[in-house]
Amino acid sequence: MDTYTGKSIFNGIAIGRILFYKKGEQAVTRIKVQDVEAEVARYKEARQSALKQLRQLYDKAIEEVGEVNAMIFEIHQMMLEDEDYNDSIYNIIRNDGVNAEFAVATTGDNFSRMFAEMEDEYFKARAADVKDISERIVNVLVGATSGKDLTEPVILVADDLAPSETVQLDKSKLLAFVTLHGSANSHTAILARTMNIPALIGIAIDESWNGKMAVVDGKHGKLIIDPEYSVLEQYMEEQKKEKEARALLAELKGLPDMTKDGKEIKLYANIGSVADVANVLANDANGIGLFRSEFLYLEKNTYPTEDEQFMAYKTVAQNMAGKKVIIRTLDIGADKQVDYFDMEQEENPAMGYRAIRICLDRTDIFKTQLRALYRASAFGNIAIMFPMIISLSEVQEVKRICEEVKNELDENSISYGNVELGIMIETPAAAMISDILAKEVDFFSIGTNDLTQYTLAIDRQNPKLDNIYDAYHPAVMRMIQIVIDNGHKEGCWVGICGELGADLSLTETFINMGIDELSVSPTFILPIRKIIREL
Amino acid sequence: MKQFQFTITDPVGLHARPAGLLVKEVKQYESKVTITKDGKSSDASKLMMLMSMGVKNGDIVTVEVSGADEDKAAAELEAFFKANL
Repeated sequence: MDTYTGKSIFNGIAIGRILFYKKGEQAVTRIKVQDVEAEVARYKEARQSALKQLRQLYDKAIEEVGEVNAMIFEIHQMMLEDEDYNDSIYNIIRNDGVNAEFAVATTGDNFSRMFAEMEDEYFKARAADVKDISERIVNVLVGATSGKDLTEPVILVADDLAPSETVQLDKSKLLAFVTLHGSANSHTAILARTMNIPALIGIAIDESWNGKMAVVDGKHGKLIIDPEYSVLEQYMEEQKKEKEARALLAELKGLPDMTKDGKEIKLYANIGSVADVANVLANDANGIGLFRSEFLYLEKNTYPTEDEQFMAYKTVAQNMAGKKVIIRTLDIGADKQVDYFDMEQEENPAMGYRAIRICLDRTDIFKTQLRALYRASAFGNIAIMFPMIISLSEVQEVKRICEEVKNELDENSISYGNVELGIMIETPAAAMISDILAKEVDFFSIGTNDLTQYTLAIDRQNPKLDNIYDAYHPAVMRMIQIVIDNGHKEGCWVGICGELGADLSLTETFINMGIDELSVSPTFILPIRKIIREL
Repeated sequence: MKQFQFTITDPVGLHARPAGLLVKEVKQYESKVTITKDGKSSDASKLMMLMSMGVKNGDIVTVEVSGADEDKAAAELEAFFKANL
């Protein structure tokens, strides 16, 4: 039994035999041809077939993964019709008197190098697209079937997979895939997630694995070759649970989160990275109630740029296709530290320099994030939420800075959407003045973890206090009631995004208290939907 | 010859999709359409060439239209840029 660790791009467990997939990449040889015009005609015919394949792929992808993800195949068609690309192929065939395969491969290499050398990440990534379309034509020319015909369900192991290869694979026969190359934000990764296929990247693959039994553990990013029986048994048990969860999904998917007497609850998901969106969609949440933006700062050695942030927010907004996406501005400090912020050691970090306090002090960092958020709002239904609020003046200052950012965008004719603004209610101070704060914002989201720790004066990180930490303490419950009532008086909707929101034994209580929104980790969406629908 | 300037507002710039649409649009006209940015020019009917210019958000491009239907083409292209870029 051998275990390898990589990066998981879709959770889930797969058990099966490995198929080592070698690319349809043809070793293209240079062959002299006599009749160059016949060779040009051969190329044109191959291009027509390739275009037809792409049209079919586009239709298939629209059905399976939605229009936004399918667009890549429309772009591939446009690239195949590009004049310069085609002229280059004709020229090589005619001037060098060589075979079409060689002309396409050479042209593909040249054009893909041109993109690979560009600075901008977006344009750089187009190199893979040029390679993909060129390989497609070469495959048609040599008569190879692009994509592998799978005969039995397998775990596919490959160097890398292009988006087109991923979509073409027969989903019913694909248990999981494992690749050496690829990034978590690549088209292939996004497609895998939308198709619910467990997948790992960054694993040093080995051809000798072909035909062996293996387990893909997406949750822990593990690939286990030749698992021992006890391990296999354990995974079979987990897989069974997964299947039960999927059955629940099949039963509840698409149904409204509405109680029997007709009250609709906004049942949203909490996420901490762009990759989590797949889980949100897979669990059929109706929006994102808390998108923690810290990951952008934590995974870097320096401040993330506006564009980097913008791309992350935009991707999430687009993937959610018009559903609400509530993004919380930077919440570091306390237990989340970032080296390059150069923050001083504090006696009491939970009550220290953190979250909105840092943002209002270092407005350059804050404005960069807000600009990225507003720009992304043109691509979906984004709302912004501010953490750790304790006073009216903070909220007014935040709103003033938002206006400043919007004015700057207007001056540069950069469009943005209609953005709802809300605050986290996670300090007793904010809860007690929620009647005043409600006049300023569109929504409240109650962060029960911090609210409980501050209300009870119990440090969450201290295990000695676990026995007196009471998540259901009446002081907290009363405060939640006050916040809901105060919010409603001023037309604010009120939600809960802390752990308490996912407590199934409280769902009924919260709904009776008048809560409008529950935002929970994706796996809780369907169990809570079930409860809501039975009330 | 007609020409106009345009500041790109699309967040990703002249990326694959609008570039593809632009090529389709340009091919409807008899006129030759050239896009210039910082002294680098590209025939607007060529997708890969357009994309290789790496036109980003905030860049100012000059669009030149010359040919029999240049008046109509320039007006329609300006509208196209406003709507798509």
